[in-house]
Amino acid sequence: MASAFDRIADIIAETSDVPREKITPDSHVIEDLGIDSLDFLDIVFAIDKAFGIKVPVEAWTQEVNSGQTPAEQYFVMKNLAARIEELVAAKPASA
Amino acid sequence: MIDRVVAVAPETLTAEATVPEQSPVFEGHFPGHPLVPGVLLVETMAQASGYLLMARNNFTRMPFLAAVREAKLRSWVTPGTLLTIEATLVHDGSGYAITAGRVSADGKRICDAELTLRTLPFPAPELEATLRAQAARIGLTGAVPA
Repeated sequence: MASAFDRIADIIAETSDVPREKITPDSHVIEDLGIDSLDFLDIVFAIDKAFGIKVPVEAWTQEVNSGQTPAEQYFVMKNLAARIEELVAAKPASA
Repeated sequence: MIDRVVAVAPETLTAEATVPEQSPVFEGHFPGHPLVPGVLLVETMAQASGYLLMARNNFTRMPFLAAVREAKLRSWVTPGTLLTIEATLVHDGSGYAITAGRVSADGKRICDAELTLRTLPFPAPELEATLRAQAARIGLTGAVPA
């Protein structure tokens, strides 16, 4: 199965106008790829569906806005992929 | 635009609205050929979606329309038409939700779209009070479990 990074990069390329080859592990989703908040909602919706999770984007945004967590922790691609992998790992096993 | 909520469940809301016989809207849209503007039909689906989400969150958060996808306006709507509006939850995300909206009249599909709504804490207490009162007026009196 493709890595979380590849799956997320594919989602971003399909959901936005960003060419797939421009998306690297060090790309900042907002600053480098130019994804705005509405496009990011579309991407989160696609990630939620693809991975069967609920990305806590609201909590992430609050953490970043309050200075508790640097934005890079959630919005640089390799870190975003790591957060998604953590959420998938924490998902309750289906019956 | 919604006159009354006729049914609400955790993931669906059904409402009705009767298009008025007279409205300033029809003076321009269109002279001698009155039709409900498509944007108002979209607004009606957004309102039904918003009430569904507020019922789910017990009126703790305000939904704001953020995106409309695949809006299809399939038939004209004329004065006096009784509309049935349905909103169905597609996905409940973190700080946003996706709904499927649909308007029909006499069993005939009029329009449909997929809507994205951001949900935020009410930005003003008077807005929350107004929406709670409006919800009660249209028959949405209680919360439904999410």
